[in-house]
Amino acid sequence: MLWEVRIAYKPGVQDAEGESTLRGLHALGFDKVEEVKTAKVFVIKGDYTREEVEEMCRRLLANPVSQDYTIAEVSVE
Amino acid sequence: MALEFCIFRAPGTNCDAETKHALEYFGCRARVVHINKLISGEVKLSSFDGIVIPGGFSYGDHIRSGAILGKMVGERLKDQLKEFSENGKPILGICNGFQVLVEAGLLPAFRGFSDVPEAALGKNLSNRFEDRWIYLRNDNKGKCVFTRGLEILRMPVNHGEGKLILPQGEEEKLYRQLLENDQVVFRYAKADGTLALGEYPANPNGSFRDIAGICDPRGTILGMMPHPEKAFHRITYPDWTRTGLEGVGDGYWIFKNMVDYAMTLI
Repeated sequence: MLWEVRIAYKPGVQDAEGESTLRGLHALGFDKVEEVKTAKVFVIKGDYTREEVEEMCRRLLANPVSQDYTIAEVSVE
Repeated sequence: MALEFCIFRAPGTNCDAETKHALEYFGCRARVVHINKLISGEVKLSSFDGIVIPGGFSYGDHIRSGAILGKMVGERLKDQLKEFSENGKPILGICNGFQVLVEAGLLPAFRGFSDVPEAALGKNLSNRFEDRWIYLRNDNKGKCVFTRGLEILRMPVNHGEGKLILPQGEEEKLYRQLLENDQVVFRYAKADGTLALGEYPANPNGSFRDIAGICDPRGTILGMMPHPEKAFHRITYPDWTRTGLEGVGDGYWIFKNMVDYAMTLI
């Protein structure tokens, strides 16, 4: 099983890396870019259910105060 | 009988030597112990009089700063730490150590140790690693055993993730609780002691209400982003030759308070 876990800041939590990236893109002339948000993706291989991957998020991968997580099953080629 | 302190070590810890020096300066024994020895039970926390979780980049600060060591401490050492803390013994987390205490649920610990973090130390608003000397004001009313008698202190910060975040929508309620419990300890300030009020560079990371350090409701667990062990002697200050200041630095007093307090327990 291959799971993709995406950890992003909760809405309202300032994303400093996203903001600097926005400035960088504007500096290159991409001035229609309105917002950049960053996220971290973990690809996890192992025989686990979605519930167990959720537990991984709760116990380690996300800090519930500042981050949200989404879990997607990735098809194995 | 000399007090003995335990300094946690994990891959990436890098302030353990200065921390050991600080504690040994007072005639204490300080033992740097690898986290694996604590988890395996080879070394027991109960034999120590105090704990310091030092600065560094434990486990490469992967996932989030302090997260991996924080979970190891919070899940595998929770019972030992609970007993340690219930006996009133002091625990100090500096920089990465503060991040570890928050990720482990040992701070702010409004209702005792929590299973999930009740706060976060987020990326600095400047989006930079802030590596410079700053001023702190001790705003604790007397509960924190590490800071009695202290006012304005100067010491360095060296962190990329130091902005204290409380759960959204509950910030003010939890802030009031921190104040009621006398858990707010250090705030970022200007040289004259007036608060930074969120302004850069006095507040290096955009931390909520300028908070640089908090303690647990008992006052015996302190987490702080700045580094007292790096301001232990005046000769480590960047301007000590110009200002002619000699002797001990401001960080000395935090360790002295910790040692003096630990002495009262034996």
